[in-house]
Amino acid sequence: MGAQLRVYKRRIRSVTATKKITKAMEMIAASRVVKAQRKVAASTPYATELTRAVTAVAGGSNTKHPLTTEPENPTRAAVLLLTSDRGLAGAFNSNAIKAAEKLTAQLEAEGKEVVSYIVGRRGVAHYNFRERKIAESFTGFTDEPSYADAKKVAAPLIEAIETETAEGGVDELHIVYTEFVSMMTQTAIEARLLPLSLDEVAAEAKPKGEILPLFDFEPSAEDVLDALLPRYVESRIYNALLQSAASKHAATRRAMKSATDNAGELIETLTRLANQARQAEITQEISEIVGGASALADATAGSDR
Amino acid sequence: MAAELHVALVAADREVWSGQATLVVARTTSGDIGVMPGHQPLLGVLESGPVTIRTSEGGTVVAAVHGGFISFADDKLSLLAEVAELSDEIDVQRAEQELERAKAEDDADAQRRADVRLRAATAAR
Repeated sequence: MGAQLRVYKRRIRSVTATKKITKAMEMIAASRVVKAQRKVAASTPYATELTRAVTAVAGGSNTKHPLTTEPENPTRAAVLLLTSDRGLAGAFNSNAIKAAEKLTAQLEAEGKEVVSYIVGRRGVAHYNFRERKIAESFTGFTDEPSYADAKKVAAPLIEAIETETAEGGVDELHIVYTEFVSMMTQTAIEARLLPLSLDEVAAEAKPKGEILPLFDFEPSAEDVLDALLPRYVESRIYNALLQSAASKHAATRRAMKSATDNAGELIETLTRLANQARQAEITQEISEIVGGASALADATAGSDR
Repeated sequence: MAAELHVALVAADREVWSGQATLVVARTTSGDIGVMPGHQPLLGVLESGPVTIRTSEGGTVVAAVHGGFISFADDKLSLLAEVAELSDEIDVQRAEQELERAKAEDDADAQRRADVRLRAATAAR
């Protein structure tokens, strides 16, 4: 076998092996998207009921709470960025990071100091490489986040927002995550969690303009709100974690699908080249044989005479 | 047919139970509260404790609820809990073991959780 042909054969083998791997990863990601979507759906009733309850207390009573009132001049804002632990997901992580950086720049332009909280190894690596300060980071659960994970993430954030700004607390809480729109579309979005803008929450809770009843609070409106808001934040973070996980799997699936397609194309091209090399080799051998034979015939014809 | 209320018991990551009921008893921070159809709109903070739901078919559903809220309006009652388990989902042996361990380690939270589980499991029997 010629050297050229051997090189092509080797490359075809290696690309075939890679294709098998990317194909497997694509199928794993596809099954995980479905699972993650199911988890998003399962968490929806809790989130909806909680949002309803928050609207009811905040709208049904004139309670003032630090988490629902806008501070006069906010000086410090916390940004929670959700990325994934693993890459191989196309532009998934870089989109989220870009959105976070845009938000950070915007907040800084408004004169606020930004404190970063990061979920996922990719985001942490990005910030560490640029030697930016991270207030707190969480890793190890981005593929399948549980409610306990969301609580873990929410705890320092709630503590920071409840602390006075002068003592190291924050005035605002923003979250940047990737929203799962469909299998094909995932968009990095940013949202302000706190202070709560009640109009937005209200619009979410009652789409058809229903009137909320006058609630009787047990033990009191303040206490209910006190207990309710941290849960609300946790549930929002949980939902964001789940959506981010679903988006990551969808992005992985897409990236791996195009990798598999590319590998297929590459194999096809390489096979053609290998066939060409083989044919060229055969043609050369034939012409060598014919040439040799005719030279031999000429030589014997000459000696006969 | 007697008046009914629609009950939804939801945990953070799933809907635990939903259906029609005639009476729901839950423990709020200011004491036990019983809700029947036609109760005035209510929003309360729940303590860890068993929740008893008397269904329209005459059965009883008991669940262990760890922290959360009760909200009632328009004959619709929702129980929101971070963690909620129906009594028949509770593994009594495991809960007992946990109670022992929590007592040994002096972990008040874990002890209360295990205790609530056990009480819910025994109340259902």
